[in-house]
Amino acid sequence: MAVVTYREALNRALREEMERDDSVFLIGEEVGEYDGAYKVSKDLLDQFGEWRVRDTPIAENGFAGLGVGAAMAGLRPVVEFMTWNFALLAYDAIVNSAAKMLFMSGGQYNIPIVFRGPGGAALQLSAQHSQVPDPWYANIPGLKVCAPATPADALGLLKSAIRDADPVVFIEGELLYNVKGEVPDGEHLVPIGLADVKRVGDDVTIVAHSKMVQVALAAAEKLATDYEIEAEIVDLRSLRPLDTDTVITSVRKTNRAVVVQEGWPIAGIGAQVVDDIQREAFDDLDAPVARVSGLDVPMHYARPIEKMIVPSLDHVVNAVKHVCYLD
Amino acid sequence: MEQEVSQQEAQQERRVADRDRPDVDLSAYGRELLHEMLWSMLLSRRFEEKCAEAYQMGRIGGFCHLYIGQEAVAVGAIRALRSDDYVFTAYRDHAQAIVRGITPRAVMAELFGRVDGCSGGAGGSMHMFGADVNFMGGHGIVGTHLPLAAGVGYAIRYRGGDQVVLCFFGDSVVNGGPFHEAFNMVAKWGLPVVYIVENNAYGMGTATDRVASVEQLVTRGHAYEEMHSERVDGQDVIAMYDAVTRAADRARDELRPTFLEAVTYRYLGHSMSDPAHGTYRTKEEVQRERQNDPIATLCDRLISQDLLSQEEYDRLDKAAIAASEDAAEFAENSPAPDASAIYENVYRDEYLGGLDRRDAWR
Repeated sequence: MAVVTYREALNRALREEMERDDSVFLIGEEVGEYDGAYKVSKDLLDQFGEWRVRDTPIAENGFAGLGVGAAMAGLRPVVEFMTWNFALLAYDAIVNSAAKMLFMSGGQYNIPIVFRGPGGAALQLSAQHSQVPDPWYANIPGLKVCAPATPADALGLLKSAIRDADPVVFIEGELLYNVKGEVPDGEHLVPIGLADVKRVGDDVTIVAHSKMVQVALAAAEKLATDYEIEAEIVDLRSLRPLDTDTVITSVRKTNRAVVVQEGWPIAGIGAQVVDDIQREAFDDLDAPVARVSGLDVPMHYARPIEKMIVPSLDHVVNAVKHVCYLD
Repeated sequence: MEQEVSQQEAQQERRVADRDRPDVDLSAYGRELLHEMLWSMLLSRRFEEKCAEAYQMGRIGGFCHLYIGQEAVAVGAIRALRSDDYVFTAYRDHAQAIVRGITPRAVMAELFGRVDGCSGGAGGSMHMFGADVNFMGGHGIVGTHLPLAAGVGYAIRYRGGDQVVLCFFGDSVVNGGPFHEAFNMVAKWGLPVVYIVENNAYGMGTATDRVASVEQLVTRGHAYEEMHSERVDGQDVIAMYDAVTRAADRARDELRPTFLEAVTYRYLGHSMSDPAHGTYRTKEEVQRERQNDPIATLCDRLISQDLLSQEEYDRLDKAAIAASEDAAEFAENSPAPDASAIYENVYRDEYLGGLDRRDAWR
């Protein structure tokens, strides 16, 4: 077990998969000479050369579509978006081409491609650079969606995504790149579509993904210390397929649930999780399920307002107290 | 109003100016190829006439964009390819699919939404696919497939192959982003792609020169220095064949992409739900363009050069009608997809969780 950052884990996943399979290549803005805007692709250009680590013009729809075409011809592209905010310009390539090609060709052309980059708010980047794209992609049949919270999951899920036969949207946490964690030394694969219990507890289930797992873990420590509440934390890890079974199993044990997501509330990932809970564990619930979401506004620039918008440890603690009838 | 009329006249003049066909000796192409190209154009025409009939009878649903009038573009271009080359096109794709080698039966069954369709009945008119003949679809969003074609070109160079990608699209595409994004990458990286804009004078009901800032669409290609750009008479199958032959050589030998503007004309409406003329173009204009029919003019040239007899033509035309009838009969008898196929081909890999779980009670 080595302790590495989330960024280093992603870099290792790319390197290992590119060494293993010469049909894997990386394409995107600044991925080569610059080592990636967030340094995820550090040193890969030197090792693999320009056809396998391709710097592109700033033309998201163009290079994402190029990736889809290369996948139709049998390659395994990893398309990096500098951030998911810019991928809105490539939405057509991802949704209309990548997600539907296998289907509308009657099974003739699968698209083994990974679209990856950071999502979510960082620090004072304001409206156009601070948003959570999760539900825009989780809504689409034909896509798979991953959003890892830890270095180990980042490594194992990215490797699985690259090996997957279908298009995978891989949403990294912009504020997670420096987070450190233990990572297995040997081959490490995490299956797509499998949630993970990050903390065991009997009193309440907190469902979260990506950066909100870190927030939930901190909240759980406070809940244990201050209120003697032991929270169980289910990290979704994948948003499509959504591992409802792991969520339901936990809720049946704790009888209470708080669903946390960083993004906007309407039609968010949390809404789907709550729907699954009410349908499959209705009789197990001792309280209505609570949701914690980002506030329903574009992101403000001013730091005090930004802090109010993004879900925090206190928001999660308050929601847990609410479902435990302690408020 | 006067200005409008003179603009129309100017446009007409520009289009006609492209049609000074040199009186070349066609025998050099060989009877076999010439007859083959005539056959392909006739088959496309008769097949699509059958499509129109089937659409009116309610056998074909949704959008149905017919290619009648433009056959020389697809036939001349695709015949210039090797069998391991690739073809992309937009949603006006029936003729391209057939010319590339998908059977009329499989294309018609797809139009009918049946299991024997070339996309299993899942795609319909706009999404013909044929992996066995490298026919990469049938794409329904204007401009969306130009970067995809660049991607296949990228894969070819990545592997050191010498295939070529041919990518057809309509004239509206040249005003949108994907066109320029794809052209820039293909030109900069030397990808073996031949782009063909089929300038049929209208993007749906909007005359091309009402919305494009250039008089000739080929001008757009000149911005990309590494790309060879050329205007071709799209109603002349021989000119198309020659231009694409040169373009394919250029891509294979020099790793240099090509942009061809094929000047052509669509006789019918944008889709089956539009009239052939009315709001945006006159009956007289359509009649005038029909005088320059790509099939009739090829026939005249072949007959005048003793490369085709009237009997041979009649035989080919009869066979094209028979093949179209056969395709429709085959499609009629092919079953619709079974309900059990509803979740098929959404994913290639096994999908954890089950797509249908939330609809369990339906």
